[in-house]
Amino acid sequence: MTDPVYVTDALIAEDIDAYLEQHQQKSLLRFITCGSVDDGKSTLIGRLLYDSKMIFEDQLAALEADSKRVGTQGQEIDFALLVDGLAAEREQGITIDVAYRFFTTEKRKFIVADTPGHEQYTRNMVTGASTADLAVILIDARKGVLTQTRRHSFLAHLIGIKHIVLAVNKMDLVGYDKSVFDRITLAYRAFASEIGITNFTAIPISGFKGDNITALSDNTPWFKGPALIEHLENVEIGAAADEAKPFRLPVQWVNRPNLDFRGFSGQLASGKVRPGDAVRILPSGKTTTVDRIVTLDGDLGEAVAGQSVTLTLADEVDCSRGDVIAAADAPPEAADQFEATLVWMADEAMIAGRAYWLKLATQSVSATIQQPKYEINVNTLDHLAAKTLDLNGIGVVELSTDKPIVFEAYGDNRTSPNKVMGGFILIDKLTNATVAAGMLHFSLRRAQNVHWQATDIDRDMRANLKNQRPALLWFTGLSGSGKSTIANLVEKKLHRMNRHSFLLDGDNVRHGLNRDLGFTEADRIENIRRVGEVAKLMSDAGLIVITAFISPFRVEREMVRGMLPEGEFIEVFIDTPLAEAEKRDVKGLYKKARAGQLKNFTGIDSPYEAPESPEIRIDTTAMTPEEAADLIIDRLLG
Amino acid sequence: MLSSELQTKSLELTHLDRLEAESIHIMREVMADAAKPVMLYSVGKDSAVMLHLARKAFYPSPPPFPLLHVDTTWKFQAMYELRDRMARESGMELLVYQNPEAKERGINPFDHGPLHTDMWKTEGLKQALDLHGFDVAFGGARRDEEKSRAKERIFSFRTATHGWDPKKQRPELWNLYNARKAKGESIRVFPISNWTELDIWQYIARENIPIVPLYFAAPRPTVERDGLLLMVDDDRFPLLPGETPVERSVRFRTLGCYPLTGAVESEASTLSEVIQEMLLTTTSERQGRIIDKDGGDASMEKKKQEGYF
Repeated sequence: MTDPVYVTDALIAEDIDAYLEQHQQKSLLRFITCGSVDDGKSTLIGRLLYDSKMIFEDQLAALEADSKRVGTQGQEIDFALLVDGLAAEREQGITIDVAYRFFTTEKRKFIVADTPGHEQYTRNMVTGASTADLAVILIDARKGVLTQTRRHSFLAHLIGIKHIVLAVNKMDLVGYDKSVFDRITLAYRAFASEIGITNFTAIPISGFKGDNITALSDNTPWFKGPALIEHLENVEIGAAADEAKPFRLPVQWVNRPNLDFRGFSGQLASGKVRPGDAVRILPSGKTTTVDRIVTLDGDLGEAVAGQSVTLTLADEVDCSRGDVIAAADAPPEAADQFEATLVWMADEAMIAGRAYWLKLATQSVSATIQQPKYEINVNTLDHLAAKTLDLNGIGVVELSTDKPIVFEAYGDNRTSPNKVMGGFILIDKLTNATVAAGMLHFSLRRAQNVHWQATDIDRDMRANLKNQRPALLWFTGLSGSGKSTIANLVEKKLHRMNRHSFLLDGDNVRHGLNRDLGFTEADRIENIRRVGEVAKLMSDAGLIVITAFISPFRVEREMVRGMLPEGEFIEVFIDTPLAEAEKRDVKGLYKKARAGQLKNFTGIDSPYEAPESPEIRIDTTAMTPEEAADLIIDRLLG
Repeated sequence: MLSSELQTKSLELTHLDRLEAESIHIMREVMADAAKPVMLYSVGKDSAVMLHLARKAFYPSPPPFPLLHVDTTWKFQAMYELRDRMARESGMELLVYQNPEAKERGINPFDHGPLHTDMWKTEGLKQALDLHGFDVAFGGARRDEEKSRAKERIFSFRTATHGWDPKKQRPELWNLYNARKAKGESIRVFPISNWTELDIWQYIARENIPIVPLYFAAPRPTVERDGLLLMVDDDRFPLLPGETPVERSVRFRTLGCYPLTGAVESEASTLSEVIQEMLLTTTSERQGRIIDKDGGDASMEKKKQEGYF
């Protein structure tokens, strides 16, 4: 077939250079298709590829053979087989992951994310939607608006997709009946306005038969257009909106080939930039001007949103990966406490209070999440109380980061969303899995109005006055391993040596600062976080801080390590085997735990994650507390 | 420099501009977390584009990683020539790895069938990555090449034994990539995932990227065997009784080991003509490759799970 919207064979054959010239100027539209199982997503995409001649004879031959063998369309071609890629899902006959497909027309190149309709794969749809400019929501004309339709529309809206196409599919199976189409469109409109979708384009199609895909179909004379492809070709892309926003360039990499060149490489998140423009480096707030925009093809006079470039600056200012170079007169905010929407993507549920890595643009920080304010039921859109978020759960949370990040509100589809500066992922610190996607709403007032006060006397000056280097000796080990005994000895010795120190003991802290905390997982995490913050303040004051807490979880110890300057956190593993600690049982706690009178007791019914590479390891079966204390002091001062 | 002499981009970015910017972003992002990255360089047109993008991404620095060619000793002579030239021009270190066991056992495509690919390429690649301790390897695979590739992430995680589990891939949202990994694990990164064959050709034309001359038609000695047109590239080609090389005007759409790569008869000797032929052709790019077909329907997916790129 040679449909005019696709490749013009005549021009290719006659004047290939003219064709290429024309085709270098095409724009790119990314869209997703979503719908329920059996709504015909794969068939529609197969059809688009087929009509755009993206399927070659050898593939077609394989397709015809497959269609007869495992197809669901009798002797006819089953287009779905073209796109259901992995062997596992071809056997099951469902799509189980996001797949990306490509086709091109005379006007545009398209990247399609094929996303599954199964409930347990909300994660995949959000993934596919995150890079899309447009969503095609498929509805089976025989079934009308279903729960899944509502869910997919909500997700598309949540992620800020501006253009929604309602493709009422399988019109051939309802006799191309206008009233069916009108009824569905009306029902959808009512629902769409509920969730804030004010605008959508409804098109009656048959992916299987090809009606209203590339051209208006004779089977639906009552439909005046546009056909699906025509609409996809003409819809406006968000690029212009991004360019109109103020300039932001998250720095990815500092380019230093030699001492004479220092460039900052990154992709423009929004706006434009020209040499001579005044810019501000965030979060430091330093200002300078752009000197050059350097590329392999020569310097540029201007760069726009979406381009990857390297900037040089007029002054030698501090700037490294994670910083954002922004328009000096319209800089973004920096904050460390936020409200955000989270989409949970891991099998393991969210843990309030636990630290995760948060990656936003090129910034990576440690972040803790509060218990959700509410979870959103994606089917009814009700707000529900929740303590956590499970796989595919969507909720609104407050989160705080260990240092300020430069950000912008993600926004919604009314403007165009700030995907780069407002979208983030959360990463599990232990498994390194991507566990959630998030969209920042705004910074919380308490952080916004409490600006970091730069003081004239800094931590080095305080430490110098005390003639010592601050440090945090973090003792960890089982209950009864000898932490407190050895920590106490260490402090006594330091005191004799005129060192200024402070011992924070686990039990003592729970009598005051942390008296409101219990022993649930979340409370134990908060206990450690507060102790870490206090220890940090004390080390800023120049003290050598000693802490003695069981601190059984590696992630929490690493969280505290991350709060302190490099090298100041010294993990001291008091390594006493469980049997030995239980034999000593100084406080009689093991006996109680064994008798079931104490729940969540570390080593008995709650795990202890031993340090993998502690700075200091003390084997209490091989040395006395006195020897251990000497060894620790040696390592600290030596 | 006066700003009037500088180039300004007209109107909105074209699809090639957007693909280029995305690939460059991906390559730079790798540098944030990688301890020892490497770029796999197979000398084909996709590798040529990937290398060109790397030079753009890090200019004026040379790309901060070496090139690795996992060699089978059975590539076309013209490929070896271009490989050495490109390494020189890019200022990058070129590492060539040949599986010593395959070499010792004289594994070749004529006598050993699928074992040839397995030992030289799959095993060779794993050995080379382990030998140098590379934790991130850039590869030039594209999602439009093959069905199972369409679902692979841009950052693809491999276990310490180089295995790939399609169910355990990390979701990739926006342009955020999670490159964190445990000790021993590695990542394959595919910066040109979203390019199609046509994009590759258009970009080669736009950017004037050097490619192996075998992509252009020329008279070459060939024999027809099992439905494939094979080029007799050197005297290791064992001719069957009755076979004599015939000079035909041919070119190649993909390049691999010469005994495994079918040529197409063609008169297209310029880039425009090649693209023209591609646009008017009716068979897919990988059709000339024997490698996709051994092992039945899901053969590429199986190979990937075993550690093939």
